[in-house]
Amino acid sequence: MIKVEKLIKKFKNFTAVNNVSFDVKAGEILAFLGPNGAGKTTTIKMLTTILQPTSGKILLNGFDPSHEQDKARHSFGIVFQDASLDEDLTAYENMYIHAVLYDIPSRQRKKRIQNLLEFVELLDRKEELVKNFSGGMKRRLEIAKGLLHHPKILFLDEPTQGLDPQTRNHIWQYIKKMNQEEKMTVFFTTHYIEEADKIADRVIVVDNGKIISVGTPEEIKKQTNKKNLEEAFISLTGREIRDEKPEGNMPVRMRVRRR
Amino acid sequence: METIYILWLRQIKKYLRSKSRIIGSLGQPVLFMLALGYGLGPIFAKAGQGNYLEFLVPGIICMSIVFTAIFSGLEIIWDRQFGFLKEMLVAPVSRLEIMVGRSLGGATVASIQGLIVLALSFLIGFRIGNLWHLLVAIIFMFMISLLFTLLGTGIACLLKDYNAFQLIVNFLIMPLVFLSGAFFPLDDLPKIFLKVISFNPLTYGVDALRGTLSGLGHFALWNDFSILFIIIIVFTFISSYLFSKIEA
Repeated sequence: MIKVEKLIKKFKNFTAVNNVSFDVKAGEILAFLGPNGAGKTTTIKMLTTILQPTSGKILLNGFDPSHEQDKARHSFGIVFQDASLDEDLTAYENMYIHAVLYDIPSRQRKKRIQNLLEFVELLDRKEELVKNFSGGMKRRLEIAKGLLHHPKILFLDEPTQGLDPQTRNHIWQYIKKMNQEEKMTVFFTTHYIEEADKIADRVIVVDNGKIISVGTPEEIKKQTNKKNLEEAFISLTGREIRDEKPEGNMPVRMRVRRR
Repeated sequence: METIYILWLRQIKKYLRSKSRIIGSLGQPVLFMLALGYGLGPIFAKAGQGNYLEFLVPGIICMSIVFTAIFSGLEIIWDRQFGFLKEMLVAPVSRLEIMVGRSLGGATVASIQGLIVLALSFLIGFRIGNLWHLLVAIIFMFMISLLFTLLGTGIACLLKDYNAFQLIVNFLIMPLVFLSGAFFPLDDLPKIFLKVISFNPLTYGVDALRGTLSGLGHFALWNDFSILFIIIIVFTFISSYLFSKIEA
């Protein structure tokens, strides 16, 4: 379903993604793990047509996202790591625009939006402007929006950060159900390693733009000789704390420096 | 088609919700109308040019349209900062539809702003011939709005931070407005000066509006119309191209 070959992305003098190749099978749930600045988000951005790779090949449901953008875009849905809501609109309006953009038949729109808002417990606040929402509420709305249409591939970039364990559980159950019922391929990143351990069929660990380990959670634990995936992850990537490197999405700081 | 409509509606809703923006952006045109209208009116009349207010109001309407329209390009930069741009860019709709929807929205907002200024000018004594004139004027207001919304969009596609946008736009708006004949007649101007003015698209917008609202046009109306129309087509192509190239 996803095929990546020798993918490279350079930003000026810094290589965010360095020669990465992997495959994701249809219906698989894949966790893409790595410390901050490992190149996870940059990879997702290239897979989802919003960044052009420096070199390398991507096939998404058989389409190349850098050339057949429209066809590729029909194949996936995405929940972004950072905000993608219009804060001056209400929760319902944000959902409705999404429904139109993703061509959900008009008869189903209202019902689906209601159902998902109920699922993330925002139904009673649907007429409120998003700017009045708390961080967790925005996050939940973000996820509800991503689940509104049922794509072949669902990308989730740290979907559950900042949510309480109850909500996280609730959401992963739903995603798992969609995966089983609709054979939806799921590609996600997270810093809650236990989520990957529980949910993922397979795990890819990246660091400094390179893949350092691939396998089922069990295989990776065995490889590193650790009891749980979190310890395995730390032994693979080291204990040092990283800074997020500026990618294409931090324009203000980059401009200031250039002047 | 529905994509265009929903993105148009989004702009309108956001505009109607920001009351402070609507009122705040009326301050400048009102000030210009009062200060220039009353201040220069007597001299204008003495020079045998008639009622200055009648001459000035279409120019002021254009000025406020240009401000609102160009700055609606700024919303692309806001959308980038707040993340909504990504939402649109990964959606399975063509960039052209997004661009057109947004631009029509921005142009509608700028036209409404122009209409409000026109309504305010009635308070200080401006009058128009008949409703037919108003209708034609609205068409021209929309054309001017669309032209400068496309320009603002094009500029916003090239920039990532909004300080730079503001800097460039302020650099652009003043010459656009002052070198357009918004405030003075084009008769008997020095040749070189007139040449510069004739390269400014706003000149034809101001002239068309003045021709319909006050009957004081310098060029023929069809002339203004065709020039505005051609520039809109050219700007549509340029902005669509630039918008298709942006990365979030």
